[in-house]
Amino acid sequence: MAGELDVGYVAQLARLHLTPEETELFQKQLGDVLLYAEKLNEVNVEGVEPAAHGVPIFNVLREDKASDWFTPAQALSNAPRQANNLFIVTKVVE
Amino acid sequence: MTKRELPALGIVEVQDLLRRHEVSPAEVLESLEERINAVDDKIGAYLAHDLAAALSEAEKADVNLPLGGIPIALKDLINVEGQQCTCGSKILAGYRAPYTATAIEKLRAHGAIPFGRTNMDEFAMGSSTENSSVQITRNPWDLSRVPGGSSGGAAAAVAADIAFGALGTDTGGSIRQPAALSGVVGFKPSYGRVSRFGLVAFASSLDQIGPLTKTVHDSALLMNAIAGHDPRDSTSLDAPIENYTKNFGRDLKGIRIGLPKEYIIEGLDPAVKTAVAASVKQLEALGAEIFEVSLPHTDYAVSVYYILATAEASANLARFDGVRYGHRADNIANLFDHYARTREEGFGAEVKRRIILGTYVLSSGYYDAYYLRAQKVRELIRRDFANAFEKVDALVSPTAPTPAFKLGEKTADPLQMYLADIFTIAANLAGICGISIPCGFADSESGKKLPIGLQLLGKALDEARILQIAHAYEQSTDWHKAQPPVRTERHTAGIDFDH
Repeated sequence: MAGELDVGYVAQLARLHLTPEETELFQKQLGDVLLYAEKLNEVNVEGVEPAAHGVPIFNVLREDKASDWFTPAQALSNAPRQANNLFIVTKVVE
Repeated sequence: MTKRELPALGIVEVQDLLRRHEVSPAEVLESLEERINAVDDKIGAYLAHDLAAALSEAEKADVNLPLGGIPIALKDLINVEGQQCTCGSKILAGYRAPYTATAIEKLRAHGAIPFGRTNMDEFAMGSSTENSSVQITRNPWDLSRVPGGSSGGAAAAVAADIAFGALGTDTGGSIRQPAALSGVVGFKPSYGRVSRFGLVAFASSLDQIGPLTKTVHDSALLMNAIAGHDPRDSTSLDAPIENYTKNFGRDLKGIRIGLPKEYIIEGLDPAVKTAVAASVKQLEALGAEIFEVSLPHTDYAVSVYYILATAEASANLARFDGVRYGHRADNIANLFDHYARTREEGFGAEVKRRIILGTYVLSSGYYDAYYLRAQKVRELIRRDFANAFEKVDALVSPTAPTPAFKLGEKTADPLQMYLADIFTIAANLAGICGISIPCGFADSESGKKLPIGLQLLGKALDEARILQIAHAYEQSTDWHKAQPPVRTERHTAGIDFDH
């Protein structure tokens, strides 16, 4: 299993550009980490429910009530690019 | 009491002086500012500290509130409106928080003044604070060593008397481990005890805000302020808040403490082993009963953690896309390039590694083998603790397997760095509470004293009892009174604090 990681491919999935040097280094380092993690295969997990949280909480509901939050100016206060109260984004359609 | 002596005090002592009007909140802040300016160029604990903003809060401070007029430093990943919040990352350079975290609203309601942003491993990913994109932080006990991490700036600030107390975060030990390596108290509340609203998320099912302080009492006071349910964090627990100092002064008769046999591992530093063994004897002398217990799945905790925490991180860090805030790359060819280049330029090596690992373990074909299996083993680790807590009230162990290591010693080998958290990680997986308190020293080859931390773990929401045991131990020893060299160097720093 540990040998199947293809760092270059996964970086694309993660929308993360890596240099060839980083790709090579991470391939080795993460290969070591995954090899270490193979010890999990020793554990008998048959019939064990997966734990998403240490302290189980289910179905936290609240009233669907409007309340004050950011003004447009606050929401845009850290925008890399903005105009007319809108975020300017990179062209999405050709 | 001169202004020069103020920063050496703990919260309880400063509080007393403020209430007796022997000092003013402004004088307290100024004394801290002067000491920061005198010693922090050696330590590198702070990324920013805005005296003017804090002084304007100090003008309105009500010293009769529980934390009235006390400045508290914050790890640079908790949002406070108008303050920076870089998470130690280039991707958030220049970001100013447009809102305030619940924990800080609560701190302010108790009278405290948020003052200073402390260094950290980028996005809290690391155990040495060397992954900060801004600067390294040095251990006040030995400047050639790390302060631990990821809340290393907070721990070093408290140790060097440039903060009375700080809030950090603990995802796999990031409060307790730096507290141990820097010789201060660090408390990780149960998962859900403190609201995460306004905390920049690393691993949402594990992250928890908590205090780093000079004494257990000070940690309890900060917990009294920040604990409690928050409708804005659906994972916060709707359980009554206790007064966390309520058990102080009681002895430990009738308290049952477990010694997990799996925590005696190869690679445990001999000085750590000796100090912890002596601490166990001390707890026994205070009236506690000691039992050997077993946590059979201990050996799997680090693996489970690095699968689940990276999976959650890869999802949480998807929000750094260069659209609404943070860095955006220039000269972008297309949308893919926009994301990939922005993230390449903004994130450091460890964050990139964890995003890759997290994306991989969640990807089609590997989800069941890694992520789902890790969640199941997490359940078994949770049961280990539940079983142990049927027999005992608390568990005792070292906080970290070794004292502070050298700067650069583990940076080339991520797996070795991950193993620095071997004793702290399971508590986050199980959602329980824990504390690290000073329990002794090791001697470095160059003759420096290196602090050792004792970890006490308690079941979820049993904070008051863990703080009671920690307080009883602390009050019966002198470890917390020892001072790092940088504390006593203040007269040679060339700065007159009394001017």
